[in-house]
Amino acid sequence: MSDQNYITSFCSIKSSKVCINSHIDYSESSQVSSIDFLKSAYKHYQLAYPKFYKMDSLCKLALITSDLLLKTNKITENYNKEEIAIVIANSVSSLETDVEYQTTIDKNNYFPSPTVFVYTLPNILLGEIAIRNGIKGENTFFVFDKFDAGFMSSYINSLLNNSRAKCCITGWVDFYENKVESFLYTVEKQPGIMNIEHTSEQLTKLYTNQ
Amino acid sequence: MDALIDKLKGEIIEQLNLEDLKKEDIDANAPLFGEGLGLDSIDALELIVLLEKNYGIKIQDPKDAKAIFTSIQTMADYIKANQK
Amino acid sequence: MNQKLETYIAADNIISPLGFTTAENFEQLKKMQTGVQYFEQSELSPEPVFAAVIDSNKINSEFKKFPVKEEFTRLEKLVILSINNVLKQNPKIDITGKKTLIVLSTTKGNIDLLDTSIAQKFDKKRAYLWEAASAISRYFDNPNKPVVVSNACISGALAIIVGKRMLETEQYENVIVVGADILTHFVVSGFQSFKAVSSQIAKPYDASRDGISLGEACGTIVLTNNLSNLNQDSKIIVKAGASSNDANHISGPSRTGDGLFIAIEKTLTEANVNASEIDFISGHGTATLFNDEMESLAITDAHLENVPMNSLKSYFGHTLGAAGIIESIVGLQSMRENTLIGTYNFKELGVSKPINIIKQTTQQQINNCLKTAAGFSGCNVAVLFQKQ
Repeated sequence: MSDQNYITSFCSIKSSKVCINSHIDYSESSQVSSIDFLKSAYKHYQLAYPKFYKMDSLCKLALITSDLLLKTNKITENYNKEEIAIVIANSVSSLETDVEYQTTIDKNNYFPSPTVFVYTLPNILLGEIAIRNGIKGENTFFVFDKFDAGFMSSYINSLLNNSRAKCCITGWVDFYENKVESFLYTVEKQPGIMNIEHTSEQLTKLYTNQ
Repeated sequence: MDALIDKLKGEIIEQLNLEDLKKEDIDANAPLFGEGLGLDSIDALELIVLLEKNYGIKIQDPKDAKAIFTSIQTMADYIKANQK
Repeated sequence: MNQKLETYIAADNIISPLGFTTAENFEQLKKMQTGVQYFEQSELSPEPVFAAVIDSNKINSEFKKFPVKEEFTRLEKLVILSINNVLKQNPKIDITGKKTLIVLSTTKGNIDLLDTSIAQKFDKKRAYLWEAASAISRYFDNPNKPVVVSNACISGALAIIVGKRMLETEQYENVIVVGADILTHFVVSGFQSFKAVSSQIAKPYDASRDGISLGEACGTIVLTNNLSNLNQDSKIIVKAGASSNDANHISGPSRTGDGLFIAIEKTLTEANVNASEIDFISGHGTATLFNDEMESLAITDAHLENVPMNSLKSYFGHTLGAAGIIESIVGLQSMRENTLIGTYNFKELGVSKPINIIKQTTQQQINNCLKTAAGFSGCNVAVLFQKQ
């Protein structure tokens, strides 16, 4: 089998703009807050998943991006659910929610919140995507200072080339203060219509164009 | 309408992030878990916090929670019976 | 497939309330001494709590033995001490070289810095996990960007697999996999809000278990694909490993154990090892009702129900990002000494399938050791260690 893998679809949300496979699919004025934008995108795309409202901001961002990404391809139909990996990274971990949880354990107002605490782990977003789509394959969450095309391409290619997964949902999801961006993409062994090789160079190009 | 029930509905919508629901969508006698509002185990724990924070009532044994949180009506009854 | 390089264990270290080296910890475990203690009053919790806490004075006095150019947090000090220990054990590992990668497993990193009373000495940014990792790699003059794995309670075992996979890319010769989490008010209050903390020392797989004990620890495993970097005769390799997701619930384990079963099956298939060849399972055994039950189902479905299995959570507490690493290291030491550690506080089986929980420390030949773990978000992992 060839060691070459391909990026077969991608989706990003940044600065109140949703981009699917490079074209702007939905946008609003950049004045709107990130969280309000996510809620209006959820309504615009009629995602109809009430659990969305219960998620923290990081998971909301990951869920919408992955939903829109998976609508553009047939990954969840074409592959066995155990063969699909989800590997995502970010720079802020779950800090947005960590800070919120910290306020619930203030000594003078001590009411630790379980619904907030459960989101103080970044990999919860992997679980949310897995639950939404019934995906049961490899799961890994990494944290880097910035999107690391070299590491991600090398790690994911090794997963596919060693038959640990047949395809992968991967990328970057950050939500903290003014750092709000997502960039998710799918990697498969077949070139698909896009025919973009999953290399560090191609990935860097795609990511910076978002 | 019972003021306590109305207040509880608002608090539950806010605390459990049920943004797509309005107070009038919730039947005070409908089950909170499973079929009804579709709440889950983490929500149950959050309701324990809500009772403590907003009403000063501490549920010592989480096993009691199931009966107390059957519906908004049972919650209201429990609050009335236990509030000092 | 091309000739595959094996992943050898080149050195390891555990820092816990039971000791500051693997040997110190293993001696205590053999005697079935627990590190979990009762705290009537503490910074950790407004209520009394059982927890495994490392003495800060001991950390600071050990840390003073090493010259430093900057301030380090409590978590970073543990990591630096642990890595210094493995480098002393095995001087062939060149941490300043391009061929050595550091992988840090942690769930909460420097989360104590969100508490403003502790944070004064450090920039707010130090709460970023990659900032903590950078501080560590700066201390050791490691030229590569450190990799942080943050995947809830499977982080440690998963980081070992990530290390193995990075060695397979042949970009590196050594991977230093270090796992650490400290015990904080943040973490303790969170698990208390989940009503998940035991009112006693955790009783894994026992009929009267009622929740977890929390703990803090740091563990380091050095992986190498270069045989000449080994300085001991006994060779153990990381044979295979896999992770999975239940796709069921973000905080509760699967009721069927199917996710963990998938991780175990994938691991055995990759290793080309049958269930009957497994000599020992180092389980997750948090001592919550649902976790231990789920494990018993997955282990039985994988036909491993007769294999001796333990949980170390009643010795170390649940140490989150460190757990998978320190528990794996105890497994490695068990393989070297052919000694199975009994599960402290386990008396009577309280799961629905008759799995084989080890009660007392016993001698037995061990060639294949399976480490399993599960965590929030519904994630599961299995890793197979094998004697060569």
